[in-house]
Amino acid sequence: MSKKRLGQTPSQTVGPFFHFGLPYEGDSNLIVGDVQGQRIVVEGKVTDGAGEPVPDVMIEIWQANAAGKYDHPEDTQDKPVDEGFHGFGRCATDNDGIFRFNTVKPGAVPGPGNSLQAPHLVTFVFGRGMLKQLLTRIYFEDEAHNANDPVLALVPDERRGTLIARKISPSTYALNIVLQGAGETVFFDY
Amino acid sequence: MADVIPYTREEKGAQPPSLYLPYKSTEFRAPKQPLVILPHTLSEVTGPVYGHGRVLPIDADLTKQHAGEPLGERIIVSGRVLDENGRPVPNTLVEVWQCNAAGRYIHARDQHPAPLDPNFSGAGRIVTDAEGNYKFTTIKPGAYPWRNHPNAWRPAHIHFSMFGPSFINRLVTQMYFPGDPLFAFDPIYQGIPDVKARERMVSRFDMDTTIPEWALGYKFDIVLRGRDATPMED
Repeated sequence: MSKKRLGQTPSQTVGPFFHFGLPYEGDSNLIVGDVQGQRIVVEGKVTDGAGEPVPDVMIEIWQANAAGKYDHPEDTQDKPVDEGFHGFGRCATDNDGIFRFNTVKPGAVPGPGNSLQAPHLVTFVFGRGMLKQLLTRIYFEDEAHNANDPVLALVPDERRGTLIARKISPSTYALNIVLQGAGETVFFDY
Repeated sequence: MADVIPYTREEKGAQPPSLYLPYKSTEFRAPKQPLVILPHTLSEVTGPVYGHGRVLPIDADLTKQHAGEPLGERIIVSGRVLDENGRPVPNTLVEVWQCNAAGRYIHARDQHPAPLDPNFSGAGRIVTDAEGNYKFTTIKPGAYPWRNHPNAWRPAHIHFSMFGPSFINRLVTQMYFPGDPLFAFDPIYQGIPDVKARERMVSRFDMDTTIPEWALGYKFDIVLRGRDATPMED
């Protein structure tokens, strides 16, 4: 590319006072109408390097629908989209550092080459004390395909569990996000 | 399915580190383990472009969201959302929020003893047009103190949140005002290593968008990541 690139605008913290500024329809409830697939709750606690709950971060997720289709023009798979599900959710943690999403369990989606990615939620964490957002993923422990997932394969064995939500009821998955320290969540350079 | 076209990576120097000790609360919130390098897959190059709900004209005029006029200096902020290749980012949601002219946020946790303004909430939403343009009317936010270090003050700023065409284009930043004497003392502004890149966050005064006897104009362009010309190997 011969043309000179423009410089990226730097990231800055979302700060402590974002709640009133980032209202979003549905917010942590991704199901806004008719939708196919299993309805699930994904919840967890965010803690910091002192082991304290983090009451002022915002979690955003992006995911495919139950058929493994993203509601986006670059997903050209011949699969249905849902009228009542776009795949984006936003949740501020509460005073105890808890986040909770009502969504559907995503299907597997295409990965690099001919690979398939196990069902997952692409997850950003924004907050005070974070000059830029952190990228992670939430997988599900009851998916056999996790063993062949091309992204989990990039993660050292002993840290892979930090990306995999436990099934704590037939429709509830739980995964804590540890920003720093023992059991630190895997974050990605993207 | 064919492989996706990746986006560029973080521009070194233009993006902040997670750990920047002059900004105290980064100390326990920055990862200590190395980040895992992620190739861009379909999950990253797609993102929320639908479902943002209705965005109304009133959402772009923060001075008209209450019965009366807010106090402060009325301003019009406009600019373009572009990618690194200079292409406009059309139809993308821009969310903005800020404190009032006295430096006070409407947020319940803001305890700064400056007055709230019953005629100002400080939140807006705009969708860019086909050429990536956005524009909103507001009042100039004030500086305010915080507890990062003794006598710490944030330079006046407006928070911006952008979606862009994919989830990894997601950007949250702050727009500053030209010539602010607090830049030199602000660890959030200084957290950007490259001095030139910091200046990309500073709006410029613009006479062309200033409306006579009504409002001062400020211009602020935002550059999101663009498509990478050289696809990554698997």
